[in-house]
Amino acid sequence: MQGTKTYRISFLFLILALLCSWLLNISSGSVSIPFTDTVSTLLGKTPEITSWEYIIREYRMPKAFTSILVGAGLSLSGLLMQTLFRNPLAGPFVLGISSGASLGAALLLMGTSLLAGYTSFTFLGDVSLAIAASIGSFLVLLIVMIVAQRIKDTMALLIIGLMFGSITSAIVSVLAYFSSAESLQRFIFWSFGSVGNLSMNQLILLGGIVFLGVLLSIISIKSLNAFLLGENYAQSLGVSLKKSRLTIIIATGVLAGGITAFAGPIAFVGLAVPHLTRQIFNTMEHKVLIPAVMLYGAILMLLCDTLAQLPNSASVLPINAITSLVGAPVVIWLLVRKRKMMF
Amino acid sequence: MVKIGKNIVSVTDLAIGYESKTVAERINFELETGMLCGVVGINGIGKSTLLRTLGGFQPKLDGNIKLKGQNLEKYTSSTLSKELSVVLTEQPASKNLTAQELIALGRQPYTNWLGTLTKEDKQQIQASLDAFLLDKLRNNKCHELSDGQLQRVLVARAMAQDTSLILLDEPTTHLDLYHKVQILKMLQELAHNKQKTILFTTHEIELAIQLCDRILILDGKNHPFGDPCQLIEKKHFDRLFPSEMVQFDAKTGSFKVTK
Repeated sequence: MQGTKTYRISFLFLILALLCSWLLNISSGSVSIPFTDTVSTLLGKTPEITSWEYIIREYRMPKAFTSILVGAGLSLSGLLMQTLFRNPLAGPFVLGISSGASLGAALLLMGTSLLAGYTSFTFLGDVSLAIAASIGSFLVLLIVMIVAQRIKDTMALLIIGLMFGSITSAIVSVLAYFSSAESLQRFIFWSFGSVGNLSMNQLILLGGIVFLGVLLSIISIKSLNAFLLGENYAQSLGVSLKKSRLTIIIATGVLAGGITAFAGPIAFVGLAVPHLTRQIFNTMEHKVLIPAVMLYGAILMLLCDTLAQLPNSASVLPINAITSLVGAPVVIWLLVRKRKMMF
Repeated sequence: MVKIGKNIVSVTDLAIGYESKTVAERINFELETGMLCGVVGINGIGKSTLLRTLGGFQPKLDGNIKLKGQNLEKYTSSTLSKELSVVLTEQPASKNLTAQELIALGRQPYTNWLGTLTKEDKQQIQASLDAFLLDKLRNNKCHELSDGQLQRVLVARAMAQDTSLILLDEPTTHLDLYHKVQILKMLQELAHNKQKTILFTTHEIELAIQLCDRILILDGKNHPFGDPCQLIEKKHFDRLFPSEMVQFDAKTGSFKVTK
């Protein structure tokens, strides 16, 4: 395959773009802070108004880092799934993985209040939410994988993913009907998606999850490339199908599940970003694609979050709505322009 | 002259098929280095099943397959990938790969955990590109290639894998006569010049008779195997198809429609 050299300029451009969107993201928000003050605060100086420093350090910085982790991780999980299923329309949302995570979260947030009944069982640690969502997404992913082995048809697989989405939302409705107003509210807010509100500990945990996902993806680079030829060819190239498939599934489940747990179900990033990336990086080599989609996803997420923030206003739009508003047209545009979605 | 060397494949009393159904049994043949061997037979007789069994994609039912003196089942997928490469009827899953990228994947058994290509890998890739006249097409995406070109890329990938045995499942389907001959001649050159053992299934019996060193006829009974001329002399091709439809003409080595 072609060396990474050819893409040096593109990578440089992406890193610059990431830096710019990061600055843009941090300098905008409900409280208007002049750009120069933002930069000087970031450089370690104390700004005119001391509360600005607090806002930037304690609120905007963690939010920006969450956006980066969420965007990069979701995009990577989308790329992994597109290669694993050899399907250009695969993504955590389309295949029902996010629905699985939602179900896990719903069972935990609303189900425990049902099961625990009248006892004051309110302990819902961040870790347990992450685990519940991860298990949910992991289970759906496994089922989809089993079905995918029997059904080679792309459309059938996507329809099955959609059906999983319906089943989950039905179960969630049933849960919602019986659960208390308080836990229902928690779930609804979670489902809007949000990259803010993460404590430092949560941020570190999310960072760890994404790091694990990236690590598993990196050790799968060679088999991911072989999967581009199809499973039989991959096997003939010495790839251990079971092992590498499982590694990729775990990576995807951890990424999509973990991120969904903390940031809510965020649509379209996983599906759209790999396709956007292939517009610039005209290669299928995962050594190039993995860092590229992560950078791209992080930029997109930062920009979406900046939009969601509605400059200088106190209201914040649900990030899930923004990514859909941005992502869905992108997918349509790609389809119309290329007639056919290439993978 | 064809140099015939040491034994690469030996198949004894092989039965192939699926748990519920035996497709073919009592298959016997041996191939040595540098041999080009065609497998012929009517549709559904088990050509592809034989190839899949030899390639380790499905278990045999009975008998023995030895690759370089060792039982096929003893190979792990990673050791097998250095001895046996395949060209399947299925299209590559991603047609967004360039010809060169696809051929480079053939080097996977030899590269490190990241798949970094060494100087030797690059030489092998270049040699494969040259051997199959693909140098000018190297940066073309697979979806931009014609059927014949894509087939050449897939065979070049198998060559880059640098294995002693190459299996091809119907490499000539969907090609016109010119490209059929082209690909088979290239396979013949690869076998004779690079001392590869090549086994392919085909419906092009007349071309196989002219180009192959050995032919295996799957006829559902005793599966004759040998030199094409000997097989003609022994009238093995005559029984390949029902004689009320087509008849084999031993003089020209071709089939004629029965009038």
